Amino acid sequence: MMWLLFLYFATVSIVAGVLTVALRNPVYCLMALLTLLLHVAGLFVLLNAEFLAVVQIIVYAGAILILYLFVLMLMNLKTEEQHLHKKYAFFLFAGAGILGELLILLLQSSYGGRQGTATPEVLLQTGGSQAVGLTMFSDYLLLFEIIGVFLLGAVVGAIVLAKTPAKTDTQEPANSPIP
Amino acid sequence: MVPISAYVALSAILFMTGLIGVLIRRNFIIVLMSVEIMLNAANINLVAFSHYLNSMAGQMSALFIIAVAAAEAAVGLAIIIVIFRGKMATNVDQINILKW
Repeated sequence: MMWLLFLYFATVSIVAGVLTVALRNPVYCLMALLTLLLHVAGLFVLLNAEFLAVVQIIVYAGAILILYLFVLMLMNLKTEEQHLHKKYAFFLFAGAGILGELLILLLQSSYGGRQGTATPEVLLQTGGSQAVGLTMFSDYLLLFEIIGVFLLGAVVGAIVLAKTPAKTDTQEPANSPIP
Repeated sequence: MVPISAYVALSAILFMTGLIGVLIRRNFIIVLMSVEIMLNAANINLVAFSHYLNSMAGQMSALFIIAVAAAEAAVGLAIIIVIFRGKMATNVDQINILKW
């Protein structure tokens, strides 16, 4: 059963990723990316990370993709005739080669490491989301604070960048093109 | 039980898909979307190792990566809007001078 679910989520993720890269219309690409994100959330549920799956759906599919959609809507792009790079065959070939070597190396290697303390029994006692919260506000508190300041900087930067520049009536006439 | 190498292989395939997308697409917005695919591939890897090694560290890193991806999308799209306002182009081949 786990294999079946994994194969479903993995196959749809890969197909959606390829469609995101290959489709011509940007809105269709965005819908394929949405499919990819939802199926990655399903993979997270398979890996006992249900809090992360919900965060993935809310933040990625709910916030980031809507941001992309709004920007696409504002731009009113025409579908380009040539949407790929001129030498895309070269990049495809190089990428496929690197992927083949990566897969050979990754599938050969043996994975192991020091086991942590968050075993499934512990997680079943406290609950996965609570374990995430306890870890985040004890061991990772400094990182949490830093990410808050980081997000503030990103919000301020985005607003400053995207704001319409104020017209200065001393320099140019009002109907001059925005530099 | 799905072995961890399956998750790692899936992550590698998705990462290379995103990398090829960054290399071959000409629309700036879709280049950013390919970067999101790469970040998602890294997240799958981190959460898979977190599950198989019984540790919470991978899930924490994945949460922070999602936050960083949100910030990256916001700033990147703001930059696209500024460029589009000045030049009416979202094609990365046309955005090749530093000031216009």
